[in-house]
Amino acid sequence: MNKNLILYASILVFGLAAPFIFPAFKVQLSILCVLIILAVTWNIQGGEMGYNSFGNILFYGLGMYLCASVQVGMFFPLAEWTESGGEKTFVHTPTQFFQGMAAGLVVAAVVPTIVAGLIGYSILGLRGHYFAICTLGLGVAAGEISGGIEIIGAGQGFTTPPFPNVGGLEARGEFFYFCSFFALVFAFITVRAIYSTRFKLILNAIRDNEDKAEAMGIETMKYKIIGWMVSAFFCGLAGGIMGGLVGYIDSTDVAFDGREMGVFMVLMAILGGKGTLWGPVIGATVFHVFKEGFWTFFLGWQYVALGVLIVVIVIYFPEGIMGWLREKYPERFGEVVDEADRKAQVELK
Amino acid sequence: MDFMVFQYPMITIQACLDGILLGVLFALIAYGMALQWGVMNIINIAQGDLVILGGYIAYFMYLYGIHPAWGVIVSPIIMYFVGVGIYKLVINKVVDRDLFISILATFGISILFMQLMNFAFGADVVLANSGYGTTFLFDSNVVLPNSKIFSAVVSIVFAICLVVYMKKSKLGRAIRATAQNARAAKILGVDTEKVYAATFGINAALCGVAGALISITFTIHPYMGLPYTIRSFMIVIVAGLGNLPGVAMSGMGLGVFEEFADYILGTEFRIGSVFLLLVLILVYRRFKLSRKREYLK
Repeated sequence: MNKNLILYASILVFGLAAPFIFPAFKVQLSILCVLIILAVTWNIQGGEMGYNSFGNILFYGLGMYLCASVQVGMFFPLAEWTESGGEKTFVHTPTQFFQGMAAGLVVAAVVPTIVAGLIGYSILGLRGHYFAICTLGLGVAAGEISGGIEIIGAGQGFTTPPFPNVGGLEARGEFFYFCSFFALVFAFITVRAIYSTRFKLILNAIRDNEDKAEAMGIETMKYKIIGWMVSAFFCGLAGGIMGGLVGYIDSTDVAFDGREMGVFMVLMAILGGKGTLWGPVIGATVFHVFKEGFWTFFLGWQYVALGVLIVVIVIYFPEGIMGWLREKYPERFGEVVDEADRKAQVELK
Repeated sequence: MDFMVFQYPMITIQACLDGILLGVLFALIAYGMALQWGVMNIINIAQGDLVILGGYIAYFMYLYGIHPAWGVIVSPIIMYFVGVGIYKLVINKVVDRDLFISILATFGISILFMQLMNFAFGADVVLANSGYGTTFLFDSNVVLPNSKIFSAVVSIVFAICLVVYMKKSKLGRAIRATAQNARAAKILGVDTEKVYAATFGINAALCGVAGALISITFTIHPYMGLPYTIRSFMIVIVAGLGNLPGVAMSGMGLGVFEEFADYILGTEFRIGSVFLLLVLILVYRRFKLSRKREYLK
């Protein structure tokens, strides 16, 4: 326990100091934080509950649009803002910007949670691949439909309010970094707390055999919906932050980007190891480093690489990094290993 | 809605005919999906991308001066080998695994194909002009391009050929046996590995035919694959596996639905309405089954 405390403290200190140690990578680090949030919260229902969703991008995109809309709509008419496109007719004062951002993030987190609760009863009754395809359809439908709505910019996109002129680019980077970092800390603490309760055991029971769990008297539907709502909360929050960070929202390329973010979050969780606390964190970090390398050096070929990467990970590493480590060093994971048994297995091989 | 249906009967007839002719094509793609789903228990997200690839083959023949209708013959032959190649490289490693693994793996293939086609053929919307002219019905109030009629006829011919082939030939019998019980088929001497490869190849060939027809009648674009996958998935779950008349009917129904959605809601909501319909159908079936305390399997 003491060891863990030192580990967490050092990560926290590193996280707080990171933008000052690596000032050139602030944006990258913020994106990393967002990716980790998405992977960790996807893992709640994807890994622990066994409901593999392609549709968490729905909440991410919803949060993105809501945050930006609230931020603009609180002070200026939204329709005129989106109509003017890139040329700004209204300028946020610093107070207005931060107030709008705070209110926007709250809305961005709360509304997707409510949406998840409302549609949860219908969608979570589907199982296995039907759930996966249904959520895939939800995500794409949201992207296509939001691309036809005029007030949030339709096809031409939505420019989020620019950062007010205090402190310049440095301050902008630091502001969004700390936003995403604190959201990450919040998400991680919540998920860790969840994983130490009975709730996690119920989720695992649902994953392993839902019918039996129900027969044992667990109201599976209730817990499934709660699990999805927790995911939706953090996806919305991450989306709101990401919208401000990117500065421009497009319906299918940024917000409801099933081809990128929607797959990334699944891939990161699988790469790190589904159903573990640290797996998605490690997976997201490795994936982000790999992705940035590819996006920088092989521009244009990134989707080809992504496709190959998905196939390779899914075929050869379905257990992920954590699963591999667990197989290699079972003692570290608190498994009791019988030496004689292990030797016998090695000889058998 | 019925306001429009009765006041402008010509538009209604036009939409219905368009939808049915389009729906036949969807049914052809869905038949391929039902085949591999039933036999190998795999949901192929890359189905739509195989369709688009087949379309590009016909388009290239058109560019080099060959009449694109020959693509209906050439494209399935090429696509058969593409399908077998995909099977040997990827699918045979995920056949026995969890369904989600195969969904994700084929999703990866889909992204890969999308981008490779984008590199190879460019991001323009293209179509192969067949030069078949148009038919006018009802005092030229209803306009039907002959290419659409041609495509519907060709897909029906291909579907019938395939059904007969599956019923009569040795490979067809082996495929059906494997679909019923793979283990028993193996014991009785069916080389299931070969059957799987052939099934995936036949599916890809069907996609090739459909793609060639789509490139003649409609347009193709590297990123247009996913909607075709979703449509065929939807048709299969509405009709059920192994229900051929059902596949044909629900394919046409989907086509008509799409044409009406196009007229009523506007073209920008067309794809969105297809995806939304998928969600609605799944939710409807879920509630219907949950009354009997069952779920979709």
